[in-house]
Parts: sequence; structure tokens; C-alpha cells
Amino acid sequence: MASGIRDKVALLGMGCSRFGERWNDNAEALILEAFSEALDDAGIEKCQIDAAWFATAIEEQHVGKSGIPLAMALRLPLIPVTRVENYCASGSEAFRGAVYAVASGACDVALALGVEKLKDTGYGGLPQRSRGAVNDMYWSNLSAPGAFAQLATAYQAKHGVAREDLKRAMAHVSVKSHANGAKNPKAHLRKAIDEDRALNAPMIADPLGLFDCCGVSDGAACAIVTTPDIARGLGRTDLVTVKALQLSVSNGTESQHNSWDGSHFMTTRVASARAYEEAGISNPREAIGLTEVHDCFSVTELVTMEDLHLSPEGGAIKDVMDGVFDAEGPLPCQIDGGLKCFGHPIGASGLRMLYEIYLQMQGRAGDRQRSTEPTFGLTHNLGGFPHQNVCSVVIVGQEGA
Amino acid sequence: MAVGIHAFGGYLPRRRLSRQIVVEANAWFAPALKGLGRGERAIANWDEDPVTMAVEACRDALGLLDRSTLGALWLASTTLPFEDRQNAGIVAEALGLDSTVRTLDIAGSQRAGTSALLTAIDAVAGGAGPVLVTAAEKRRTRVASPLELTSGDGAAAILVGEGDGGAVVLGAATETADFVDHYRGQHQDFDYVWEERWIRDEGYQKLVPVAVERALAAAGVGAADIQHFCFPTSTTRVAAALARRLGLSDGSVRDNLQVSCGETGVAHPLVMLVHVLQQADEGDLILVTGFGQGGDAVVLRVGAGLADRQPVRGIEGSLAAGVSDTNYQRYLAINDLITIERGLRAEVDKQTGLTTLYRNRAMLLGFIGGRCRACGTPQYPASGACVNPDCGATGPQDRYPFADRSAQLNSYTSDRLTYSPDPPAYYGMVQFEGGGRAMIDFTDVDPGATLEVGVPMRMVFRVKDYDPMRGFRRYFWKAMPVLPSAPAEE
Repeated sequence: MASGIRDKVALLGMGCSRFGERWNDNAEALILEAFSEALDDAGIEKCQIDAAWFATAIEEQHVGKSGIPLAMALRLPLIPVTRVENYCASGSEAFRGAVYAVASGACDVALALGVEKLKDTGYGGLPQRSRGAVNDMYWSNLSAPGAFAQLATAYQAKHGVAREDLKRAMAHVSVKSHANGAKNPKAHLRKAIDEDRALNAPMIADPLGLFDCCGVSDGAACAIVTTPDIARGLGRTDLVTVKALQLSVSNGTESQHNSWDGSHFMTTRVASARAYEEAGISNPREAIGLTEVHDCFSVTELVTMEDLHLSPEGGAIKDVMDGVFDAEGPLPCQIDGGLKCFGHPIGASGLRMLYEIYLQMQGRAGDRQRSTEPTFGLTHNLGGFPHQNVCSVVIVGQEGA
Repeated sequence: MAVGIHAFGGYLPRRRLSRQIVVEANAWFAPALKGLGRGERAIANWDEDPVTMAVEACRDALGLLDRSTLGALWLASTTLPFEDRQNAGIVAEALGLDSTVRTLDIAGSQRAGTSALLTAIDAVAGGAGPVLVTAAEKRRTRVASPLELTSGDGAAAILVGEGDGGAVVLGAATETADFVDHYRGQHQDFDYVWEERWIRDEGYQKLVPVAVERALAAAGVGAADIQHFCFPTSTTRVAAALARRLGLSDGSVRDNLQVSCGETGVAHPLVMLVHVLQQADEGDLILVTGFGQGGDAVVLRVGAGLADRQPVRGIEGSLAAGVSDTNYQRYLAINDLITIERGLRAEVDKQTGLTTLYRNRAMLLGFIGGRCRACGTPQYPASGACVNPDCGATGPQDRYPFADRSAQLNSYTSDRLTYSPDPPAYYGMVQFEGGGRAMIDFTDVDPGATLEVGVPMRMVFRVKDYDPMRGFRRYFWKAMPVLPSAPAEE
């Protein structure tokens, strides 16, 4: 029986570039920016890193394929570099590779770094690209907002929710993230908005308006991980360790079998349940102090609260409107602004989420610091579409908790 | 051997463009068009062409008939999307016909529709087996031209077979003459048209009567006995004059559908024939003519079997399902008659791997999925591993067509971000009765339509993507809301 990852690996250092429209920087500059911060934080030399995992999702738009771009950007000393891509879970996938390498004993110190340059397309939103030779011939002409917007229609139908009530809760989600992003100097979008502005924005994919959609950004983030013993040997105390690393990938049930109603994420329910078990958490709503979830769209965040078993099924609208997930609420979500406002450079996003939780656990989150440092924090990525996706759930926490 | 019409169907695209709007928009330049400003014309959606319209007409004609007995499928049109790739072959794949079916494109003249029908009659008489003749047209016309106003887009399908069927063929004839009233040369987008008066006096009035008189003689029928005279031109007075000249009764001249649909080119004689067959009584005599480099004429007598062979939609149903459209600008844009800013998202390369297409043609063109041999779960696409989470059996699956199955809407959106020639792009999850589902594009969703979870949807064969760089287009199936007058699926 596998014993899981709990407390086997510690975060030694983390870094994150400023996210946003980095018109004057290539991906290599963003990589260096995030890595330099992480290396300083870790207090080690570059040559102490044994292996690296490199995440980018839309590499054609910037660095191209393989692990070489990372090795060249950082002049890594001919160590193994693995490039990973798993839709929007790519960053968390890189982290998983590095953590598993350390846990296995194959490496003492490993690096996970994600980067994306999305602002070189000439238009707003994600790049419109081929989905694969066969898929292009029969997949619907879907965009990310159009795929996720369908959660809203199915959720309304399933729970008998009025469109206006769901729209208002979605607006609350976005207003909250904008307020949080305004306090984050590295965030892409730093202006607060009010509910009216969110509700009256131009429609992108019905019922998602402009402010229901996250920023599409340039940016990089990274983590350096090692064993708790090595971290202590380097003089580190109050370690933040990895409690759970889970991934769940759609097998076609949602898109091809009539057992799924379209109102929730099958994968998230499975991945989060496995993660809580791996982390030894029996009551997540009580235990988790902070979440960074994949709020690519406001409705995604809302539904995800249920699929992470933090809100009861059908109860997310009430929790959102009650302020449960606000920065001052009992279970803040996207306290750094989230994908919505910190931004969403795909390959970097999972690592950016961990970065915020890591800072919050160490009391280093500046203006947005929680008064009580969280014991457990959870990150969640959702790559692809509600009907066909890759879901990652990572839990980190204070060592021994 | 008796040869007759055993099934028939029709299709007109849903939108009907107001001629008044077109006339007003162009009045500054061509005020003389005012006389053509009455009524509406059928216009194809951006994702329709003669192939897709022919598929719809054939589906209407075939209904639930056993398609495996078809001997041949012929497609007549002068506006076929491919010059060298058999267009009828695409229709055959979409209809899921057996590979033994003999397919053929018939083109080159406005007479191609009736000539295909006449040739099918001879072929069936010669033992070719049932021949499905379909004709479709979507003419590209210049802005502010008479043709822009008088043309319509549409298709019809006629199943010719041994025996009387619903209407038996009594006689047919053709007159051939290289009478060039208009032409469209190679690499030309538009027709070049000669003077209307000459066409009327030397063409319609002289060439058609020769064919008609020979057909009547072959049929052993007097002109005065004809109840329905189909003369497929847009000019209304010509048919009446022709009728008088031939001795046909005044009441026999059929509505040329100019007010409600427009003249659908090669398809129009068959469109008018289908319309007649939806209204004729037992014993009625029908005269159908076609014009173009001469004329065709065929005489039919309606039998007792016609009532049992009525299509669900036909032309009557198509006419009833029309929606008025006053958006001339949209019509111009989707037909590339103006240069519209499509945005950078439109630049995605739409190259189609021909190997990929061939390997997956049943899945893509036929909309055929699989049914698990272990648990019976239908699924799309077919897979070597069953999608049912409680099964997962591996191995070949049985062929399972989805195109004609009842479906309902599970989730949907209208998307203004993704590139579509006709924004917003509607798409969503459609679930089939009995199992199977697909996240699929929608089409013909009326502006302001209320879609909701659970509404019934039907599948239609459409253009999925155009590849302007290579002149290719790829076809796939889309879902559209079931209209009150639309076919009830199995």
C-alpha cells in the first residue's frame, strides 16, 4: 500500500515573476526573474540542483519544445531537465515531478519551473490553435470561456437556480478577486471593481461576461524542493512540507457517456478526496486555511468549491454570498488575486498558487497577509474543459501538522 | 417496364432574405431593380453548400427507407464545391450508403437537374436499380444584379425506381441546342447574362415547346389534360405565355416559388416537382420542364401510392419553416461579397489531413459511432475501449449511426470570443436517446432564440471549416433546435 507523499518533501525556496503584459521581456527573462528569487530564498547555489522539471503549455507561442529552453535560460550545469505539458495543470505537474524525484531519493534538490508568454498573439484571450488533427474535424468550435460557460447552464438546471442569482454570485467571486489583486504588487490586474461593473460587462460566452474571465498573462514561477532533513541541515525551521499531490484525468466519461450532467467536475471530486486522504485530512472545510483554485472563470471557482468538498453540493452560491471565501472570511480563496487578477500564464499558474500559500504560511504576504498563518493550504488546477480535463490538487502545510 | 417516383424530398435553407432590403440598399446604383423587389429569397447559411443541401433533401426523401437497396446516387448542380473530388461521393458518405452505390456528379447546364432525372428514368428502365437523383444550387451572384434578387438556394431529391411508385413516368424528351443565354467560364465567379427579351423569345418560347410536344406525344397525353405545369424560371409571365402556346390550361401553371423562395437553378425543376407531389391528387398529370442549352420535358401521372410516400418536410415544410431576414449586410459577408474584418483568430490554419479524413470518414461524414458488444452502450466516436465506466470492454464495436437519432440539449453557450463567420458561435453538449453524446457546434439558431437544457435537437450535415488557402472545406454534423415543422426522428 502506497504511503503517499505526506511530509516527505519540503519547500526550500520559491519565486515568482511579476505577471502581466511583459511586452519587453522574453520568456527567458521571466524564467530568470522567478528563479533568482527562489534561489535566494533557498539559500543554495545553482549547482546544488540535481534535476529540473519545466512546464509550458503553449510552447509554440514562445520557447518551443523540450527542456532545453530552461537549461539555456538558467545555464544549468548539464543536469536532467524534463519538459512537461498537461494543459493548465502543467505547473503543478512540474512540481509533482520534482517532488517525486526528491521523495524517491533520486535527487536531493529539485527544481520545478513554469513559464508562459501569452501576450504575443496580437489579440486578447488565449491563443486560438489546432486541437489535434482528428479533434479539429469534430470538436465543437469551442473557446475556453465557451466550454466553462456551459457549467452555468447545467448548474442552473440541476439546482433550480435562477440565472440572476448565479450571475450575482459569479460577480461576487470576481469582485473579491479584484479586491485581492489590488493588494498584490506582482498581480496583472490591480484595480478593484464593483458588482455592477461585473454584471454589466460585455458578454464573452453566455453567461460569462468580461469580468467573469481571468487575465491572460506573461509570467513565470518556480519551486525548489528538498527533503525535510536537508532543509533543516541548511538551517531552515518551520518547514512547509508537501502533504498531498493528486491528479485526476478525464477518460471520456464526461464527454462521451451520459452519466455526467455537466454541472460539476468529476475529476476534481476524485482528486480532492484522494488528496485529503493522502494528507490525513478528514474535515477539509475545518482543516484547510487557504485555497488557491483554478478560477479561469468565476463560475469555475464557484462550482469548484463544491467539488473540493468545501461547500455542500448546491451550496456554493450561499457560501460565496456569505463571504466565506473572501479575504477576511473563514476560508479565503485567491487571496493573491487568483488567475482572475494575479493572472494566468498557464505553465506558471500552479506554481504561482503554491508561492502565495508558501508566503502566507511564513507571514511574508505583505498587505494581504492573513492574521493567522494557515496550517494547511490547497492549490487546484483544472486544465482543459469541464467535459474533458486534467485536475490537480496539491496540499501543503506546516511540517508535522 | 413502368418507372416511377418512389420517394421525394426537398430542402430550402431557413433564412429568407427580403428583396425589398436588397433593392433599397442598391437603389442608388441600380434603381431599375425596383421591379424585382417583391417577396423573399431563400439564402443558405454560411455553412451550407449544394452538398449539404443535397444531403438534407435526400434525408427527407429517404426517411426511414432501407438505404441499402439504392443502386445509384446522382448529384446535379452547377455550383458544386469541388471541381475534382466527387461531390455525390460526399453525399453518399453522409447518408451512410453502401459502397456499392454508383455515384455521379451531373453539371454544366441549368438543365442538369431534369437531364439527371431523365437519365435516371432510362437507367432504371435498363435495370440499374433505384436511382436517387438530387439537385442543389447555391449561385454566387453579383451585388445589385437581377440574379441576386431572383435566385434562391435549395435542393430536392427524387427516388426513381421500377414500378409506378407514387407517380409513374409516361414520357420524356429532350431538345438540345447550344443556346447560350448565360454562361460562367472557367475561373469565373459570376454568370455573364445576355438580354432577357432574346432569351424569352428565342429560348423559352422556341426550344421548350419542342421538348414538351415530343414528351406529350411519347406519353400519349394531350396538352389540355395536364393539371400541373412546372416551368422553372423566375419570370412569371413567360410560363403563362408558354402554356397558351402549347395548349395547356391556364390553371395548370404552377407557382414558380419566386415570391417565397427564388429560383434554385439546377434544383428548381425538381423543387417544383416535389412541391407538386405534395399537393397533387391521384390521376393528376404533371409536366416538368427544364431549360438550358435546349430543354427537357417529362410527363408523370400521379398514382394511388403517392399519399404513402409523402416526405416529412418536402418543399411545403421548407416554405413553412422559413424565417424572414432583413440583414443584407450579413448575407454579403457570409458569401464573401464584401471584405469583412474577421480578426486574427480567423487565421488559424484549417489544413485537413486527407489520410486522417479518409481513415475517419464514417465517423466524420457519416456521423457513425460504435456500440459496445459487451454492454450495448452507444458512444461517439467509436472506440476500442468502451466508455461506460462500469464496462470498459476492449475490442471492436458495432457500427452505430447517430445522425437520425433523437437528441436533447444538456448544456450550451453562445460564444463571442471564438472565431465564427456568424457570431456568436453556439455549441454545447447534445445527448442522444438511448446513449451517446457529443460536444458539438449548433447551427441555424435564430437570433434571440431561447435554448434551454432539455430542448430537442436534430443533427444536420454542414460545412465545419473552410480552408481558403487550399480551396478545401471540411464537413461535419451540427445540432439545431428541432423546429415545429421539422421531421420527427426515429
